[in-house]
Amino acid sequence: MAEQHPIARVQGVTHNYKKTLALDNITLDIPAGLMVGLLGPDGVGKSTLLGLISGARKLQQGNLEVLGGDMALTNHRNSIGPRIAYMPQGLGKNLYSELSVKENLDFFGKLFGLSHTERKTRIARLTQATGLYTFLSRPAGKLSGGMKQKLGLCCSLIHDPDLLILDEPTTGVDPLSRRQFWELIATIRNERTSMSVIVSTAYMDEAEGFDWLVAMDDGHVLDTGTPQELKTRTDSENLEAAFIRLLPKEKTANNSELIIPPYEKTEGAPAIIAKGLTRRFGDFTAVNDVSFEIQAGEIFGFLGSNGCGKTTTMKMLTGLLPVSEGEAFLFGKPVDASDLETRKRVGFMSQGFSLYGELTVKQNLMLHARLFHLTASKTTERIEALVKRFGLHNYMESHASSLPLGMRQRLSLAVAVIHEPEILILDEPTSGVDPIARDEFWGLLVELSRRDKVTIFISTHFMNEALRCDRISLMHAGKVLIYDEPQHLVEAKGAASLEEAFISYLEDAIGEVDTPEIQLDKPLVTETDSSGGLKDKTKDVKLRGFSLNRLLAYSYLETIQVIRDPVRLAFAFLGSAILLIVIAYGISLDVEDLTFAVLDMDQTPQSRQYVSNFQGSRYFIEQAELHSTDELERRLKSNNITLAIEIPPGFGRDLKKGQTPSISAWIDGANTTRASTIEGYVMGAHVQYLTHMATSLGIDASATYKVNLVSRYRYNPSFETINSIGPKTPAMLLLLFPAILMAVSISREKEIGTITNFYVTPTNRLEFLIGKQIPYIGIGMANFVILTLMVVFLLQVPLKGSLLGLSLGAFFYVCASTAFGLLVSSITKSQVAAIFATAVLSVMPSVQFSGIIQPTSTLEGAGHFIGSVWPATYYMHLSVAAFTKGLSFTDLTQDLVVLAIFGPCFVIFAAMFLKKQEA
Amino acid sequence: MKTWINIFWLGTKELRTVLSDLFVVGLIVYSFSVDVFLQATAISESVNNASIAIVDEDHSALSRSIANALYPPYFKEPELISAAEVDDAMDQDRFMFVITIPPKFEQDVRQSRQPSLQIDIDATAVTQASLGNSYIQSIVNKEVNHFVNRSDATASYPVTLVVRRAFNPNGTGMWFGAINALLNQITMLTIILTGAALLREREHGTIEHLLVMPLTSFQIALSKVWANGLIILVAFSISMWFVVESLLDVPITGSRLLLLSGTTIYLFTAAAIGIFLGTIARTMAQFALLLMMVIIPMMLLSGGLTPIESQPEIIQPVTWFLPSRHYMAFAQAVVFRGADISIVWPQLLAITGLGSVFFIASLALFRKSIATEK
Repeated sequence: MAEQHPIARVQGVTHNYKKTLALDNITLDIPAGLMVGLLGPDGVGKSTLLGLISGARKLQQGNLEVLGGDMALTNHRNSIGPRIAYMPQGLGKNLYSELSVKENLDFFGKLFGLSHTERKTRIARLTQATGLYTFLSRPAGKLSGGMKQKLGLCCSLIHDPDLLILDEPTTGVDPLSRRQFWELIATIRNERTSMSVIVSTAYMDEAEGFDWLVAMDDGHVLDTGTPQELKTRTDSENLEAAFIRLLPKEKTANNSELIIPPYEKTEGAPAIIAKGLTRRFGDFTAVNDVSFEIQAGEIFGFLGSNGCGKTTTMKMLTGLLPVSEGEAFLFGKPVDASDLETRKRVGFMSQGFSLYGELTVKQNLMLHARLFHLTASKTTERIEALVKRFGLHNYMESHASSLPLGMRQRLSLAVAVIHEPEILILDEPTSGVDPIARDEFWGLLVELSRRDKVTIFISTHFMNEALRCDRISLMHAGKVLIYDEPQHLVEAKGAASLEEAFISYLEDAIGEVDTPEIQLDKPLVTETDSSGGLKDKTKDVKLRGFSLNRLLAYSYLETIQVIRDPVRLAFAFLGSAILLIVIAYGISLDVEDLTFAVLDMDQTPQSRQYVSNFQGSRYFIEQAELHSTDELERRLKSNNITLAIEIPPGFGRDLKKGQTPSISAWIDGANTTRASTIEGYVMGAHVQYLTHMATSLGIDASATYKVNLVSRYRYNPSFETINSIGPKTPAMLLLLFPAILMAVSISREKEIGTITNFYVTPTNRLEFLIGKQIPYIGIGMANFVILTLMVVFLLQVPLKGSLLGLSLGAFFYVCASTAFGLLVSSITKSQVAAIFATAVLSVMPSVQFSGIIQPTSTLEGAGHFIGSVWPATYYMHLSVAAFTKGLSFTDLTQDLVVLAIFGPCFVIFAAMFLKKQEA
Repeated sequence: MKTWINIFWLGTKELRTVLSDLFVVGLIVYSFSVDVFLQATAISESVNNASIAIVDEDHSALSRSIANALYPPYFKEPELISAAEVDDAMDQDRFMFVITIPPKFEQDVRQSRQPSLQIDIDATAVTQASLGNSYIQSIVNKEVNHFVNRSDATASYPVTLVVRRAFNPNGTGMWFGAINALLNQITMLTIILTGAALLREREHGTIEHLLVMPLTSFQIALSKVWANGLIILVAFSISMWFVVESLLDVPITGSRLLLLSGTTIYLFTAAAIGIFLGTIARTMAQFALLLMMVIIPMMLLSGGLTPIESQPEIIQPVTWFLPSRHYMAFAQAVVFRGADISIVWPQLLAITGLGSVFFIASLALFRKSIATEK
């Protein structure tokens, strides 16, 4: 298979992220059937290139042919999609952490259209080969870093791809797992020689084993060739040196061999002491009985894989996490989270350089100087010194988020040392940074340690960095295996390198620890297998077009995720039930118990008789009498009364004389709707008075009426608010809750990266969207049942009309509300933005424009328009019609038809906005 | 002193963070301009453009004059329908009101036989039903009187009643709508903004970075409160003066300074609730659900939608715990009634008290909530 068509042909490809240039006019042929390595530090464009080749990213400029076709064509991407497997960067980035190992594999199998039996056989074989078989039911989130990567690999291999793309698969994985990982890949390639593999890595030593290399820097290809060719060309002993020599001159100008002066032990108490530190999260022990002592001025290294407890230990030392058991001391004092004085003597650089990206370099430095209360002159002095020493002067006004990784790392360190701490705790400060920047960074550390006598506690997974530490501790699965000087560790094991020594210690430990990692003695599948193993199978036509199975795979996935988050589930149900009670009881349109007072300036029996009309009414509650107009005004102002009746002096006298005296009623007009209602009550009481008076004079008052007005209150003869609000409230709840849950669900996939599975598998937009929507429609319908039962039995609003019509309406409505969530999340990038947008865009129309109090038909202008294009309006209408009006199914059809339209429309819009590729 | 300096500088960072997120800024601007305007102008009058039909079985001059007396803005042009159509039309919600004028109506009126005139009302819209009914009654009575007396003069009654509305003499519904809308926006946006600011720092890990510095949870929390509160306060002020006062022409009777000070206090309380939710929620999904559970009652039961005294007695004590209720009472008093501090201090006290409770509760849970994360 040696000389054949290149697997990928890159011609003049350029890629930008906003203003940052990631790939600069790259032209490259990647040979097929080989193990090809992309070499270079983070941020040089490796991931971008891999994303483009896999089809996960959208091609911006240039030509790209993969597997013999143009990647700019959707049709070609769709047809080759199933032949490519892509494992994105980051430990378990494309795995679903709530799902078990088996469920994850099953999900990927379904996406590629494997039958049940096929999936079963392949999962069994792959997991046996990788040692995951014993952990089939363990959630992916609880696997160690190495196991996550193996699972990721299994997921990629489940559909038997022709091209396997791995983006930094071993970063952050312990050396034993790394070695096993590469052995696994080698085994697979032996069996399927036709498979091409493209891998990116920042570990130069790994690249030695690859067939063909592409060295990259700053969006350019430096050189290509076999490892031997690269070394010969640059006349270097190893690839790391070769790589540095390939770099442009100006970058390597001040790169000199790092010399570390020997550590002189200082007397006095150790700076950091850990005694039997233990930390548990639930039933999971993250750190188990860790003890060590670090001397003042020492560089102490913490070596181990991601997730082995390094970060947790550091957090306990800084007081961020309370310890479950054991003790920690800094400067001889027990760690106390409330001790601000100690914190001033410690600098901390957390994983991933948690800087404020939206602040500039200068602002970041200033902020920290201020928070540590350096004086103005000291601040200027420190910042000047640090900027000079760390080479930040060209970046002072740049935003931290726009800095190259190496610069961000330096800024992080500058920020951590601005207050001249005596202890510096650094959590993986060098991951992802290129070798030169790492060397420079270490130069700074050495200076701090040896010159300023700062105690440095650093965690890393680079072996060559570990060698530079005065002492290191090897950590695995929450335990410290051993700690000593690196050289001693190597000698004690009689190993050739620290890496081998570490592997040897790991193997010792795994013997005792209850995590049997792998048994690679079992051979992986053989190609002759015909029962559904990794055989070269013709790619099915069924992978193209719409697949119900893939859709259901997403539904199943989402269902499991929701069920495994009981808090969310409980809120979804309880929340709407509680709100139903609060709102349905709370909103009352019956205006009663109005406070009123009388300003009776007449004080005659006639005036008192007039007032008695109000006193007897159930609408009014009388307050202490008023004595002056000033008081009247004041008490209206202070909301002490909402109605004041003012009877003028001489009322009785004028009345007797037939001089038509005039009475004033003052109504608090702030709330206009209420004021209108009160006005009606007041007029009513007045008329009643007149009728009384007429009757007492022997006149038949009713005779004075020309007509007899008969008002019939239909549908709600008792005129109770609950009959109207009861059926309307579920409309609000069935919109807001499903919409926001749905929106968060999709934006969460975007944020944690599992959306990549949608990009690189044959899943189409509708399968993804509707598949994810179905479980939430289910939740919505369950909510509908609960709410309906509550309305009928608790609020005692009988369902007089068609239950079928109401249920069907609810179904359409929930489809619409979840689809609205889909639409919002297809536009927004982060979860915060999705919540913000869903709340801002959906609460107002549902509360104000859908007719819960004010019917949409009586609204004006844009409010009227929004109300008429908002599904809640129609569902409220339908719900009232079904409950209170008691309409039959046929009478509800109009609302049903309108409701049925919303869902599909929203989904179509969402599908239009949702991108099938990353930018 | 150092504490306040820290709070100040941390807050400036918050301001920069929010203002650099153009999407969020856009939503805030929209909420305080377009959204407030829409809500205020949507409801002009409780009975507005109400659909009405007349079953005219009389076909007389009087029945026509009744039909002509019903016109916008209260009612739409009445439609003439037949008696057989009434049930269906009302079921289908084509009309909110149907007036049935019986045969020989005019003749009977003339002969003082007190004919009956039936008004069918769709009572599922409670407020509109009762108000509309009284409008129709008075319109019909007026037309009939006019017809009988051949003049506008009403029958002379022994006593006349003059009803006056204090604080909003013309009963312009937009005034109340505008203030109500503005208050709802404040509640919602402040809580989301502050809560999300805390959760975002937790997600990005920067909160740990802060907690290892010589800063207390009090300083971190308070800096978020003031910074996010300030953003909303500025948005509120601009919206109040430009959208509400200038564009919508709503007069502010009371002291602007008092209104701003009270709003500031309320913003502290709303932001404290945001911090509280951000502290107890572990994921964004949980925060979103909690948010809905909190803001919906705060908005619906504040007294803006239905007056507190009309709410059932079981609910009324509960609303006492809603800061929005006190703030609504405060804002109405200042804006419409021109109340001064001597009148509104109890509300301000209640808002402050509730805010402090939420703030202290968040502080108590702060470190614990960081520690339970993994």
